[in-house]
Amino acid sequence: MPVNDTLATYSDWLYRAAALVYVFAMVFYTVEQAFTRKAKKSELARELVGSGAPATPETPIIGRIDEPPSAGRPERFGRMAVALTVLGALLHLASIVLRGVATGRAPWGNMYEYGAAAMLVAVVTWLVLARKFDVRRLGAFVLTPVVILMFLGGTALYTPAGPVMPALQSYWLVVHVSAAIISSGLFLVPGVVSLLYLAKVRNDADPRRFARLGPKLPAADSLDRLAYRTTIFAFPIYTFGIICGAIWAEAAWGRFWGWDPKETVAFVAWVVYAGYLHSRATAGWRGTRAAVINSVAFGMVVFNLFFINLVIAGLHSYA
Amino acid sequence: MSGAVAFARNTWRGLTSMRTALTLLFLLALAAMPGALLPQRSLNLPRALDYIEAHGWWGTLLDRLQFFDVYASVWFSAIYLLLFISLVGCLAPRTVEYAKALRTKPVLTPRNLTRMPHHQTAELDATPEQVMADTRVRLKGWRLVEREEADGARSLSAERGYLREAGNLVFHFAMLALIVALAIGKMTNYEGQVIVLADGSQFCNSGTLGYDSFRPGLRVDGTDLNPFCVRVNTFDATYLPNGQAEQFAAKIDYQAGDDLDTDTWRPYDLRVNDPLRVVGDRVYLLGHGYAPTFTVTFPDGKKRTQTIQWRPVDTLTLLSEGATKFDPPGVTDPAERRKRQIAVTGLFAPTALVEDKVMTSSHPQLSDPGVAVDVMRGDLGIDSGRGQSIFQIDQSLVDSGRLTRVARQNLKPGESLTIDDGTKISFDGAVPWVSLQVSHDPTQVWVLVAAVAMFLGLGVSLTVRRRRLWVRATPGDGGRTVVRVGGLARTDQAGYGEEFHRLAAQLLRSKGSVRCP
Ligand code: HEM
Repeated sequence: MPVNDTLATYSDWLYRAAALVYVFAMVFYTVEQAFTRKAKKSELARELVGSGAPATPETPIIGRIDEPPSAGRPERFGRMAVALTVLGALLHLASIVLRGVATGRAPWGNMYEYGAAAMLVAVVTWLVLARKFDVRRLGAFVLTPVVILMFLGGTALYTPAGPVMPALQSYWLVVHVSAAIISSGLFLVPGVVSLLYLAKVRNDADPRRFARLGPKLPAADSLDRLAYRTTIFAFPIYTFGIICGAIWAEAAWGRFWGWDPKETVAFVAWVVYAGYLHSRATAGWRGTRAAVINSVAFGMVVFNLFFINLVIAGLHSYA
Repeated sequence: MSGAVAFARNTWRGLTSMRTALTLLFLLALAAMPGALLPQRSLNLPRALDYIEAHGWWGTLLDRLQFFDVYASVWFSAIYLLLFISLVGCLAPRTVEYAKALRTKPVLTPRNLTRMPHHQTAELDATPEQVMADTRVRLKGWRLVEREEADGARSLSAERGYLREAGNLVFHFAMLALIVALAIGKMTNYEGQVIVLADGSQFCNSGTLGYDSFRPGLRVDGTDLNPFCVRVNTFDATYLPNGQAEQFAAKIDYQAGDDLDTDTWRPYDLRVNDPLRVVGDRVYLLGHGYAPTFTVTFPDGKKRTQTIQWRPVDTLTLLSEGATKFDPPGVTDPAERRKRQIAVTGLFAPTALVEDKVMTSSHPQLSDPGVAVDVMRGDLGIDSGRGQSIFQIDQSLVDSGRLTRVARQNLKPGESLTIDDGTKISFDGAVPWVSLQVSHDPTQVWVLVAAVAMFLGLGVSLTVRRRRLWVRATPGDGGRTVVRVGGLARTDQAGYGEEFHRLAAQLLRSKGSVRCP
């Protein structure tokens, strides 16, 4: 299958455009964040009743504010930031689709493509969550790692469009790798939110710490819940991805598990996520410890993508 | 005596507590990490040995502490064994409790439902009995208990989401099963590798000696292999211009079971990702390379021809190195023979590119082969009883002068060279070889079943929510009934709100007014 170079070039342009639009969106989120004095009154009130009785039957626990009391300047910036994020995601999606068409295969056969797809999942996850929960102003924190990872992907890891080696020519590529992509992209959000949770908790205990950031963050237990609910959504997908990887390895490499570095770190990240879920059911481990564990777990996922692929030789080093 | 019992009980309690389980879980993660960072013997022995060598006392210390065999080490095994025990100790009582919980009735309706995290009240035009009957219909699938209270009031306790705990138990038990299946697999599996020329050569799984390397499980002695034979007819690879492989496949025939007696061969296309599965074993196509053919014509006119695999030194261009070794024919005196043995060593290029007499390979396809050979004569050391690599000559014999180079030349197929004593060495061409792996693991299907059960259990336990609902109908003024609904989620409060409000709206779908406190 020959590669369509024109389409591949368009795909690269769209990738860069998407990253650029994300940067603008980040700026807008930051402006909103900077000009919002603190968490809005109405939101605070709602947060307080959040875990108790909801005020009206239809209100979700943490409500999205459909009709903001006053659409001030920060609010407008925030809305533009969301619009830009959506635009960026569309360009991003187009870039990935074009690469798939250009190469005539699933567009996730190397690290550049893998990263691009995972970051799209992260952005879409974020957009979905921002619709459900009032956490829009945190957009800059989510987009920062996205933009950094996209920059690394587009430069250091960039791979020209081409076919993949025989070991990757299998429908398991589609199943296993898309599960890995979706779960890694999803995990990014709780990873970031858990860090913000830690900042918020520090600020609650001592207002001098994270003094600028803390007051503008949503309540600690909203952050905790957001992280938890996203993680329990992503964790089974990650589990599924690992199982499919083992099934594929049985067909491609002669054994379903061989402690190849990539397998090992996937196992470690999985165990740490399991630790996170247990910690929320263990007295004395909820809250801060759980948040640290969640961040560490996401750190392992990123470590697995970069360090293991680039530094350590293993069977996964084709990318 | 009672002290010992108390100690045992405390140890057991400690070991099976959630906190210990959590600690062990993190220890397991931590202990697995060195295996990703340090070269492991089981994966890459030469690299592990190089690493130990290069790091002096530190390397030796790490080696003593089994850091190069992490997954077989005492400490790694200890952690997962403790975790296993902790898991058993944790699951047994949980299973009993779950069985009990399945039989107990939902708890009494709290006196004050407005204290619940979720609650609603309405006045309906119906008797308490009608409200209860209607509620029962609407709460299909919930476990229900209706109770009569004072003042003619009636209440209903409902609970659902028992599947969550069931899913959770399935998940953890499946994990136990997976660990057991893995352990049995470690006992009974084996893995052997062998290189076979793709010119109709055969390999039979009849004993460990047939393999180039063989890695048996702990309980495998290699006497009882499943018999089958494989014949490699051809090997085809297609490459991109840059040398990256696009596809490769070997056309093979195989026979097993009754076919062995009747000598029936069945064809198979062996590809990457597509192993041959036969009599419970799997045969994989792992790699490929080339075997150059050399013919040596000795001064007395006797000829010897050999085709021996050379090994790739560059995986992209398949430039290969090797040593094809010849004994002079008809020489019976060992001392004499050891003076006249011949080895053809050097480089083989499937697509030869010669610049300044230096040969490299420009492409992995067998389109314009060439060899750059050193012909060595003297004592090859084959008779010494010491095993030696089939890809190399023994360098110590060269250093001690017992093996000397008598020619160096580049050859194309059909070309030959003649050395001082008149021996002629010709390069006839090359055939591809494939490297096959035979794997045997009788428990892998159980590992898969356990893994799938784990996944399903996990899915259930993370999506199902345990939640409670109470309805109390109290007779009110004028034949109307005050209905109060309260709800409590036992896990993750946040998710219950929407369902509760939907249910409450249905239950209180009033002919009367809905009042929200
Ligand atoms: C290899 C070790 C283990 C792994 C990988 C593991 C994994 C998991 C996972 C992924 C969950 C998520 C399900 C959920 O949150 O509902 C879970 C839940 C749970 N596990 Fe484990 N587990 C392990 C060992 C243990 C042990 C030793 C215990 C008991 C001491 C235990 C007790 C529990 C309990 C009580 C829950 C339910 C927590 C909840 O309701 O949130 N697990 N486990």
